Amino acid sequence: MTNPSHSESDATKLDFKSIVRKATELNDFGHLLEHVPYAQFIGMGVERFGDELVFKLPAKDDNIGNPVLPALHGGVIAGFMEMSAIVQLMVFMQTTKVPKVVDFSIDYLRAGYHKGSFAECKITRQGRRVANVSITCWQTNRKHLIATARAHFLID
Amino acid sequence: MKKTADVFPLTEMASRFVGQLTQCQKLKLKVLEGSDKHVLIELPYDPQLVGYPDTGVIHGGVITTLMDTASGCAVVCSIFEQFGALEISPTLDLRVDYMKPAEPFKPVYGFAECYKLSSSVAFTRAIAYQDSIDDPIANAVGSFMRISPEMVGEEFRQALMGEPRHD
Repeated sequence: MTNPSHSESDATKLDFKSIVRKATELNDFGHLLEHVPYAQFIGMGVERFGDELVFKLPAKDDNIGNPVLPALHGGVIAGFMEMSAIVQLMVFMQTTKVPKVVDFSIDYLRAGYHKGSFAECKITRQGRRVANVSITCWQTNRKHLIATARAHFLID
Repeated sequence: MKKTADVFPLTEMASRFVGQLTQCQKLKLKVLEGSDKHVLIELPYDPQLVGYPDTGVIHGGVITTLMDTASGCAVVCSIFEQFGALEISPTLDLRVDYMKPAEPFKPVYGFAECYKLSSSVAFTRAIAYQDSIDDPIANAVGSFMRISPEMVGEEFRQALMGEPRHD
């Protein structure tokens, strides 16, 4: 059976490679986030300060999990941190290949409230095939982390 | 269709729990089965959730959300069955191992169980799969903090219990 969306996905494929290349050239990875549907779905962005990247996730009603507090869904925080790590790796390695997640382990330290969140990544070790990244996430104060995570990515 | 509710009596309650979570409504998560032992949730494919535009594969974060929701829901069901109480347990930690990418245009299923419930912590494991649970996309283990039932708001309690009891 032929898949009608096949040619369409081929077109997106070419398109995406050029997007990544352009983002690398411009050194603007916000450009890349604009083309990743999931990053748009949760509404995340990135700011660059010299060599440092700070990822941001503005408050968005759709990202609520527990309506009682209300608090962000833990899965959204995890997705935000995972996407941050991917972009950080791509910037650091200046690559057009999107790293593949192998494992992701998150510790929730505080409830994430219905307000802006920020994330920062540190590439702990980058080997030839695998990279280890640690990610921290906070809201009002960097010292009061709401979550920490570590992840491995395949980068070859 | 009625059969699921007969075999797995907590399906409706689990379904109302997941339905209360805004992010889960957006992901169109659907509870297929719920019991004191397990929860099975379906995540339909949606182009909005793509994390790898070159392949159409959904983002790992979506799988994590599915795992977190299914595991948390399994804890709610397990506590409800054992203590007849509603407790909403926040996630302490969750580790997800990704075995292979989810195939585009197909739903992903999340199967979770709360395998140990202690006085203050609940332990869970979960599997995400598409065609067969023996060919998993991802595996997750988590722990959840138990909090007092009073922490659950009255509005939320009513939403979970449904209309005035119908038994």
